[in-house]
Amino acid sequence: MNNKQRTPRRGPGVPVEKAKNFKEAIKRLLKELKGYKVFIIISLILACFGAILSISAPNRLTKLTDEISKGLVINTKNLEKVTKQITTNMTNSLPSVLQMNISPTIMMDQSISLEDKNKLSDALKNNKYNEIPDSILNKILTDTYYKGVLVTKTDKINMLKNGIIPGNLKDVIFDDITIDNVKITSSDQVEFLKVLSTIDKNSKNTKVYKKLDKLPKSIRLLIEPNMNMKKIKKITIYLIIIYIISALFTFIQSLIMTTVSNKFAKDLRNNISKKINKLPLKYFDKHQSGDILSRITNDVDTLSQTMNNSLASLVTSITLFLGSLFMMFYTNYIMAITAVISSLFGFIFMGKILSKSQKYFKERQEELGNLNNVIEETYSSLNIVKVYNGKNICDEKFDKYNEKVYKANKMSQFLSGLMMPFMGFIGNFGYVCVCIVGALLVKNDMITFGVIVAFMVYIRLFTQPLSQMAQGLTSLQSAAAASERVFEFIDEEEFKEDKVSKVIDIDAAKGNIEFDNIVFTYDGNDKPTINGFSAKVKHGQKVAIVGPTGAGKTTMVNLLMKFYDIDSGDIKIDGVSIKDLSKENIRKLFTMVLQDTWLFDGTIKENIIYNRENISDERVKEICKNVGIHHFIKTLPKGYDSNVSDNDTISSGQRQLITIARASIKETPFLILDEATSNVDTRTEELVQNAMDKLTKGKTSFIIAHRLSTIKNADLILVMKDGNIIEQGNHNELMNKNGFYSELYNSQFEI
Amino acid sequence: MIKLIKNLTKKDYIYALISLILIVIQVWLELKMPDFMSKVTILVESDGSKMSEILLNGLYMMLCAFGSLISTIIVGYLVANISASFSLITRKKLFEKVENLSIAEVKKFNVSSLITRTTNDITQIEMLIAMGLQLLIKAPITAVWAVSKILNKNFTWSMATLIAVLILLTVIAILTIIVVPKFKIVQKLTDKLNNSARENLTGIRVVRAFNAQDYQENKFDKVNTDLTNQQLFNQRTFSIMQPVMYLTMHTLTLSIYFIGALLIKDSILSDKITLFGDMVVFSSYAIQVIMSFLMLAVIFMILPRASVSAKRINEVLDEEITIKEGNVTKSKEKGTVEFKNVSFKYPDAEEYLLENISFKANKGETVAFIGSTGSGKSTLINLIPRFYDATDGQVLVDNINVKDYKLESLYNKLGYVSQKAVMFDASVSDNVSYGNNGKKKTKEEIKKAIEVSLAKEFVEKLDDKYESHIAQSGTNISGGQKQRLSIARAIARNPEIYIFDDSFSALDYKTDSLLRKNLKKYTKDATILIVAQRIGTIMNADKIIVLDEGKCVGIGTHKELLKTCEVYKQIALSQLSKEELENE
Repeated sequence: MNNKQRTPRRGPGVPVEKAKNFKEAIKRLLKELKGYKVFIIISLILACFGAILSISAPNRLTKLTDEISKGLVINTKNLEKVTKQITTNMTNSLPSVLQMNISPTIMMDQSISLEDKNKLSDALKNNKYNEIPDSILNKILTDTYYKGVLVTKTDKINMLKNGIIPGNLKDVIFDDITIDNVKITSSDQVEFLKVLSTIDKNSKNTKVYKKLDKLPKSIRLLIEPNMNMKKIKKITIYLIIIYIISALFTFIQSLIMTTVSNKFAKDLRNNISKKINKLPLKYFDKHQSGDILSRITNDVDTLSQTMNNSLASLVTSITLFLGSLFMMFYTNYIMAITAVISSLFGFIFMGKILSKSQKYFKERQEELGNLNNVIEETYSSLNIVKVYNGKNICDEKFDKYNEKVYKANKMSQFLSGLMMPFMGFIGNFGYVCVCIVGALLVKNDMITFGVIVAFMVYIRLFTQPLSQMAQGLTSLQSAAAASERVFEFIDEEEFKEDKVSKVIDIDAAKGNIEFDNIVFTYDGNDKPTINGFSAKVKHGQKVAIVGPTGAGKTTMVNLLMKFYDIDSGDIKIDGVSIKDLSKENIRKLFTMVLQDTWLFDGTIKENIIYNRENISDERVKEICKNVGIHHFIKTLPKGYDSNVSDNDTISSGQRQLITIARASIKETPFLILDEATSNVDTRTEELVQNAMDKLTKGKTSFIIAHRLSTIKNADLILVMKDGNIIEQGNHNELMNKNGFYSELYNSQFEI
Repeated sequence: MIKLIKNLTKKDYIYALISLILIVIQVWLELKMPDFMSKVTILVESDGSKMSEILLNGLYMMLCAFGSLISTIIVGYLVANISASFSLITRKKLFEKVENLSIAEVKKFNVSSLITRTTNDITQIEMLIAMGLQLLIKAPITAVWAVSKILNKNFTWSMATLIAVLILLTVIAILTIIVVPKFKIVQKLTDKLNNSARENLTGIRVVRAFNAQDYQENKFDKVNTDLTNQQLFNQRTFSIMQPVMYLTMHTLTLSIYFIGALLIKDSILSDKITLFGDMVVFSSYAIQVIMSFLMLAVIFMILPRASVSAKRINEVLDEEITIKEGNVTKSKEKGTVEFKNVSFKYPDAEEYLLENISFKANKGETVAFIGSTGSGKSTLINLIPRFYDATDGQVLVDNINVKDYKLESLYNKLGYVSQKAVMFDASVSDNVSYGNNGKKKTKEEIKKAIEVSLAKEFVEKLDDKYESHIAQSGTNISGGQKQRLSIARAIARNPEIYIFDDSFSALDYKTDSLLRKNLKKYTKDATILIVAQRIGTIMNADKIIVLDEGKCVGIGTHKELLKTCEVYKQIALSQLSKEELENE
């Protein structure tokens, strides 16, 4: 748990870890991605196409709108045609209907004013009989027959003045006319004239349309807006196809990217896992395991997520951005400039907010880290905090950082929350600007309405990808940082291959070891840890290495097992220098039990057998009986199949015994116990020692121990101090010497 | 979740109320916008309209957009306040609760889990409030409002919208049902992967000593493959989401337009223009409706995660504190510890860890406890500072039951040193003078304590001597040094009773014995209780209590026990030779 804070969720404004060298990191990443090149390119092309399709779609949508809006405008051409035909129809037949008796006497009639007379002549000249003054009409009209139908004087006056045509006349006055295959009957024509006479040309469109709705069906058919349904259907189908294709592209694209990024992540993780076993141990002296683990999970995750989400969306948004920019300028440059300027204005503002919020996010991360430290410290030392009445001190510290986190939280949450509404506002702002400028241009006949509609869509397409691009770039940056960390590890120098020239067979090994003037210095240390160590160990001997902490006891074992390479001097196993042997060969010869009880997640049996094959259950039981844990294991609910990790009942002492059992299963000529029994109490230790003694009979064993009591019966005790052997011999010899060993030994009993 | 939200202050509630009102205004403005938008659209389209009218409506629309922006900003500020305040209050509450938990309860939860609960879990909910609260209020309001706006406009369009919403919700529901449970599996596999790698790292020497590199790599590869396959399944399934979402939204707009075209075609002239306007407005409302349903879906996706966190936090907050304080602050006696028939078992356990322990430590005496691993020595000594309470019997300090003390008063009597040396992120002298015992510790006292605990030599070698900084968990000093400083911390308190819980283990024999000599000299009157593994450490105690499987199998001095107590004899023999024992 310590120092491994979960990476915060990425969001707008969250500070990103920046790569030391962005270009190099990306280059290295690309190199690694070579195997997936084809898939990635296909996927990016699909993303690109998808974006292009979504740019072309609004264009079509505009056409659809245009086409529909055509359905709003009446067919003026037909209206004029109808009007003209009907009027001519009427004018042509009118004289014969009226049968006006216009004799010269009228002109002389004194009862008629001169003005009226002038009107009459004008009216006759223009064939506008309804403009003939009433005084004259009365005189010139009489009841007559037209085509066998009686037309009274009153009918005639009514016709002229009020436009009312008597029913019986309708059929005889207007001949049926046919326009565009539509037959307009005489009564329809009469109706038309009636409606037309009520229309005021200056009234609003909607009012006019309402009146037009009263027109007879035949005429309505002619003048009603003509919507090209065929075309509309065609556009709709076209659009649906585009949408489906673009959805398919997106789907396929993300399928490919998902597969590629996951496979890539898997490979990377496996590479890291393999790399762990190829690095020299000295690497792990300098690097924490938490750091390496976070490369396996966090960094690889960041990489695969960036590939999965950001890469495609970055390509899509760049295409969208450039595409809509191009389309805008292609369609109309004035409108394009308006759109760009209006959104630019917003983005500058937003950029300012973002850069400001970075500061708060950084602060938030820092303060959160501090707070977590306080929490961790308090919780893990709660017993001390309690007994020392230290609550106040902890509370004070906690409150201080909690308050700081609160302040930083407030500001950072607030500022990062602004991003979305601002995006929305910029979209709306651009929309209005485009509408207004567009309307101005339409007024001046510089563009058509469709252009505005297109721009309404373009402005949205244009503003959307900008924020996505910003996000994509940030995640690319953190991906670069992650890739740097991952590849730094993968490219780490591996241990040198052994120059194997000899092999010691495990069955043929005798068990002699000779240390010859060994010098070894840990990386970064000035002083050698082992300085001129020499000793001879004969087969079957039990050798104890004792000495104060830091004397180099464990280091000796590390060198013997070839975990580290010796600077100078040599170790010979049965006369063969370990430099000539492979690591695997050496390690096959040794059984080793370490101080830290390393058990892995698995059953007890699995832990004991480990990587050895063909080990029977009986063998496992036998070993456990020897070590003295058989009984304990039997008391566990699942016995040998109990899981180690979720079993709190296994104490550290018992864990140590399991590791000893694991080591005992292997029959080897050499045995190393590096503080192997430090966690068990002294009584148990004795039991284990006895078991081990049985096992190691005839084998060469090395025992490193703190407790001097455990090594008293060793054949040879090597007393180490400052990397060298200062005394050697068996217990009694060393005690008689009255030197360092006896001093060390006696100090146990001092009060 | 609701329970946690109740912790908020009045101010937060007022903020929430204002946010609610502002969000209503915001929704109103946002739904108003399409009206103006369509007005502008129609105006631009029809021939007779004046420029001034377009400008006016454009201005209205801008005002709406701006008003909604302002309201969003204010709401954002308020919500940020609420969420930050939530984590401030809840974290504080949780922290204080944990401080008051007894060690048994802490163990039950596990320290690292408690840390995660106080940090990550709270952050999770804070995130939900910060992101979700607005959505949670806004989405339903928008959905209802937008639906009511379009509901009466046209049946066919409404049906189209309904179908689109249903399609989306179905897709989301199916995905959620399929994938969300799998997320837990991914989390488990990630942990497993981590474990597998950690295993290899921590056991690197064992792995190499056993030539088990391939074994480990295969194990890792297996988990890795499982994880990758599960991830692939999840992500592949989820990649349907986005295309379906966009496709549905686009198709809806298109359907509304197409239906609109049909309607316009069949309607009488005067209705056509109104229909066209309605169509434009409807399509934008329909998108709003869909968006608000999507928002709701998002909330339902984050909600489970946050509610798991809330549950984990509540578990701690609801944990009953079993250690209840008494009110005794003073005692007549000084420096005595007595156990009267004390038994102890963990609440759920069947077997007793300690059975029927009785002994008394008088003022100035040194009492030692010895026994093999798991014999209950540490548990016994932990009953004194009430890390656990005795199940039966009485633990008396200065002849008063520890349960009757005010904890602070009890603790002021004690100088406790734990098995694992604890260091705080502070200076050496702050670490030594840590805590409160009612008295102020002078610089001299601190120096003296450091001297007694044999830490003076190394402290004075540090760069800033007594003011040198010690890193968290004392990572910049050695184990032995830590142990000496933590002993100095107990000495600086000048307590009546010292409790050493195997606190000398990291010291070599020489330092161990010298330190105890110093201590005895410095604290003549103090009672000392020592738990130890080494016979050497306790040989000279006034009283040695031998424990075996929770039972007291012997009380007496070293010499007495050698004669009377078989267990003691065995322990002694495993460490010293017969001759050495006889020499004593």
